[in-house]
Amino acid sequence: MHEFVEAFRFIAHNGAIAGEPGLPTLTHLSFETLKVSAIGVAISIVIAVPLGVWLGHLHRGSFVAINTGNIGRALPSLAVLAIGDAFLGLGLTVVEVALVVLAVPPIVTNAYLGVDGVERDLVDAARGMGMSGFQILRRVELPLSVGPLFTGIRTAAVFVVSTTTIASLAGFSGTLGDVIANETSYHFSGVLGAAICVAALALAVEGLLTLLQRALTPRGLRLGDHEHAARPPVEAAVASSTS
Amino acid sequence: MGLLSPALAGHVVAAAEPVIPNYGAQSSSCVVHNHLFCSDWVSHNWGPVMWPALRGHILLALVAVSIGFAISLALALVAYRYGWLERPTMIVTTIIYTIPSLALFELLVAPVGPNVYSAEIALVSYTLLILFSNILTGLRSVPDEVLDAAEGMGMSRRQSLLRVELPLALPAIIAGLRIAVVTIIALATIVYTIYNAGLGVPIHTALGEGPFKTELIVAGGLAILLALVADALLVLAQRLLTPWTRAHAT
Repeated sequence: MHEFVEAFRFIAHNGAIAGEPGLPTLTHLSFETLKVSAIGVAISIVIAVPLGVWLGHLHRGSFVAINTGNIGRALPSLAVLAIGDAFLGLGLTVVEVALVVLAVPPIVTNAYLGVDGVERDLVDAARGMGMSGFQILRRVELPLSVGPLFTGIRTAAVFVVSTTTIASLAGFSGTLGDVIANETSYHFSGVLGAAICVAALALAVEGLLTLLQRALTPRGLRLGDHEHAARPPVEAAVASSTS
Repeated sequence: MGLLSPALAGHVVAAAEPVIPNYGAQSSSCVVHNHLFCSDWVSHNWGPVMWPALRGHILLALVAVSIGFAISLALALVAYRYGWLERPTMIVTTIIYTIPSLALFELLVAPVGPNVYSAEIALVSYTLLILFSNILTGLRSVPDEVLDAAEGMGMSRRQSLLRVELPLALPAIIAGLRIAVVTIIALATIVYTIYNAGLGVPIHTALGEGPFKTELIVAGGLAILLALVADALLVLAQRLLTPWTRAHAT
């Protein structure tokens, strides 16, 4: 337990270590971690949401949409970073590519499952009211699939924060992972302190996205909110891929 | 442990003589010049470096998924029968699943130490959410008529569970196993930070040495290949174990 006390002391000192001047502060490293993660998630959303939503709207390509989820998981981030390093040299580009490779599949899968799973009766009713395909998508299918859509984005965001720190192991510096990968300078207490910060960061990102999801969910759907909130990130994808 | 910053180590090595210093007397010109892929290095180092790493990786994953499956099955059966274990299990496993792997490994090193136990505890923890929720979903998706029929045939609850409910839940259970196995194979590459095992070991060496491209590609490629092969094997297992699902699919 002594190590945990030392680790919290390290956090309280914002990452400063006696006799080692010029180290970046934990606040700075946390912001950099968030920045690198946010870029990766943003690119992934731009690629994956339209793709998943469109496939779901057409009710086509279920095999592709569901199986990309499994392929993405099969790519160990450190392996992707290592191979990227071998071919291109490690930099922000390779890290973002690794993040996007990781984050796109869960978003596509869940967006697809969400839109595909909207009750056909509702879509038929909307069509009967004279809505065009795009209007149905924007005003019926999208609002009704906010839950699954955010499940995918949350899963992806958590993976991305986690992987951003792994990039430090591959030699990409500037994030909280630097502290974890550098026990020589920071000692075990620093490593543990940074690990606590990373865990807190991931939980905070997950919490913020849950709040955002709640704000974006149409009021009529909020009654069953607690059930959605308790749903784990992977279950939606799994349950339907077996049916 | 005691990780030197890989980037820094790389610069020091590059400034000195050949790019890859520590790869034995057989260093070919391909290795010395760090070309993209040196097959002679791979054949020389398969036995001493790659195979032990691959074997260790498989072992780490196999042990973690087996233990994780046993725990999840027990928890899921209790939750299925009595109902009261579901919420706490879901909350705890979801929180654990959210904690980044690198952080969880270090958090475990403090109480447990930098050994195989911390590694396995972390890996097992990550399987729980996936396996528990899938086993439970699978059991719950068995139609009521089927349960009534089993009861009508005079089956006890135990017989019904073993002969009707678990077999019908198999597709969902195996879907969960696929995700768990592949996730754990990916995470096991990080184990090297706390315990000297798995394909992360050669990846780490190669990152420090230049980086040495051949080793990065081989070790990284093996990790990806292992995940894909394991996934394919489970799909095959499902086809063999649940022949009735194929009749439904068409």
